[in-house]
Amino acid sequence: MTNTADVIVIGSGVVGSATAYELARRGHRVTVLERSPNVGDGASSRNGAGVRLGGRLSPEAELAAKSIYEIWPTLGEELDADLEYVRAGSLTLAHSESQIASLDKKLAKDRKSGAPSRLVDGAEAREICPYLSSYVEQAVWSEMDGHANPMATTLAYYRAARRLGARYITGENVVALEKRQGRVRRVLTEAGTVYEADKVILAAGFNSRRIAKTVGLWIPFLKRVDECLITEVQPPMFQVRLSCADGNFYGSQTRHGSFLFGGNTNLERYEECYDGKPMNTNKQAADKCRAIAKFLPALKNVKVVRHWAGWLDSMVDRLPIIQEIPEVPGLILACGFSGHGFAIAPAVGKVVTQLALGEPACVDVSALSYDRFKPTGV
Amino acid sequence: MAIFDRSLDLGPCVPRPDDDMIVCRCEEITKGEIRRAIHEGMYTMTELRRYLRAGMGLCQGNTCGRNVKSILAAELGCRPAQLEDCTARGPARPVVVDTYGKEVFDRD
Ligand SMILES: Cc1cc2nc3c(=O)[nH]c(=O)nc-3n(C[C@H](O)[C@H](O)[C@H](O)COP(=O)(O)OP(=O)(O)OC[C@H]3O[C@@H](n4cnc5c(N)ncnc54)[C@H](O)[C@@H]3O)c2cc1C
Repeated sequence: MTNTADVIVIGSGVVGSATAYELARRGHRVTVLERSPNVGDGASSRNGAGVRLGGRLSPEAELAAKSIYEIWPTLGEELDADLEYVRAGSLTLAHSESQIASLDKKLAKDRKSGAPSRLVDGAEAREICPYLSSYVEQAVWSEMDGHANPMATTLAYYRAARRLGARYITGENVVALEKRQGRVRRVLTEAGTVYEADKVILAAGFNSRRIAKTVGLWIPFLKRVDECLITEVQPPMFQVRLSCADGNFYGSQTRHGSFLFGGNTNLERYEECYDGKPMNTNKQAADKCRAIAKFLPALKNVKVVRHWAGWLDSMVDRLPIIQEIPEVPGLILACGFSGHGFAIAPAVGKVVTQLALGEPACVDVSALSYDRFKPTGV
Repeated sequence: MAIFDRSLDLGPCVPRPDDDMIVCRCEEITKGEIRRAIHEGMYTMTELRRYLRAGMGLCQGNTCGRNVKSILAAELGCRPAQLEDCTARGPARPVVVDTYGKEVFDRD
């Protein structure tokens, strides 16, 4: 088999796989190169399952709107898989004054983006989710938010893309890009294989940084560890997604009954982030458990069965880069999703495909260029 | 890390008499479901686990891991020893939320 394709996608996460699916669906020869032995082994299989419309800035808000209003509701049918997508709304919970203050910021973002949301008091929050304790003082109710199964979604895109003829190769660690006559052309791997294509899509999460550097691009992001935990199965309790205003914990009950929770301690950016597998810290799980016990006392005696970690690719402004690079024609960046890229991946896959095919994008992402960052100061 | 071209086609998944046998007891997953998933491109233990939840229940794969592996090896035509296990995840034993929350950290 030749190593030439129309398009090469680097990274088989939900972004790379959604793009591969869209390209294959439209009859293009696409090769996906994945470093890990497992398809979708990065953040896409490790995330907190949140599919939220609220709390987003433009143009990510438009990508979320496109995904949530137009794609998520029928995506399972399209991919012939149960993605466990539920749109049951979300409550962002606040107890302390600083948490209540951050609800205002969230509401301001939603007013701007048009995501429906409103402030509710503790009593109304408890009407929406009767398991919440009196610890909740105020909350923001966002009716368009929801959750889905990230592993099922990523692998469903993979399966669908593969059925349509996309070629996936795992265990291929991309180390460099090469230009030919001013355009990106070759993709080199650690094993010494050379792949060639007219278009290359870089969707390798944080590692996109190192790869982009080989053609002279500087992407300002940080690598951060983030964690989730999951409990033993519980009877169905509620479908709403919950989160704490300062990010201390967030989560929902999965279809099979376990509760999946993520959350931050706000110390993550100072953790050591070595190359290799992401490791759990010794802080997050306990911190989340304290928050869960306070907000959701009904889960106090439930057992945590598993926890895991993943990497975030965190941009300065917490917005991704989605752009064909003017200085490197043929190279399209789709990375820097900053911890909330799962929900918008369905629209991102379409937009990146349109960029690769030179068509007008269904969502205007021109603000997501790689060179939007300027030093502050005079 | 072995390079694995997923274009590998195992052909249609021909039904077998023992397809109804439950392999993962916690999540009630049958041999037939596992075989079908393999034929749909789930070629590693980790992918099978994420796709089917085999080994994600209360026992975390301690009981069925070996059996899933031998099914995968048989379909791929390799030896079980050539297949990588799923990453073992903490906590080593299930921990109650309230108890876990009492853990405080002092240093790395
Ligand atoms: C703990 C956690 C919780 C999260 N919670 C949410 C949430 O609730 N909602 C939400 O919307 N988002 C959430 N996110 C973020 C979301 O998971 C990511 O934004 C999204 O999965 C990004 O997809 P991706 O395809 O860009 O990245 P990834 O899934 O990380 O894919 C990148 C792929 O590139 C591969 N790769 C890396 N280097 C190379 C190389 N050199 N050569 C070849 N391949 C390479 C990687 O192995 C990986 O498979 C969370 C993330 C984490 C870690």
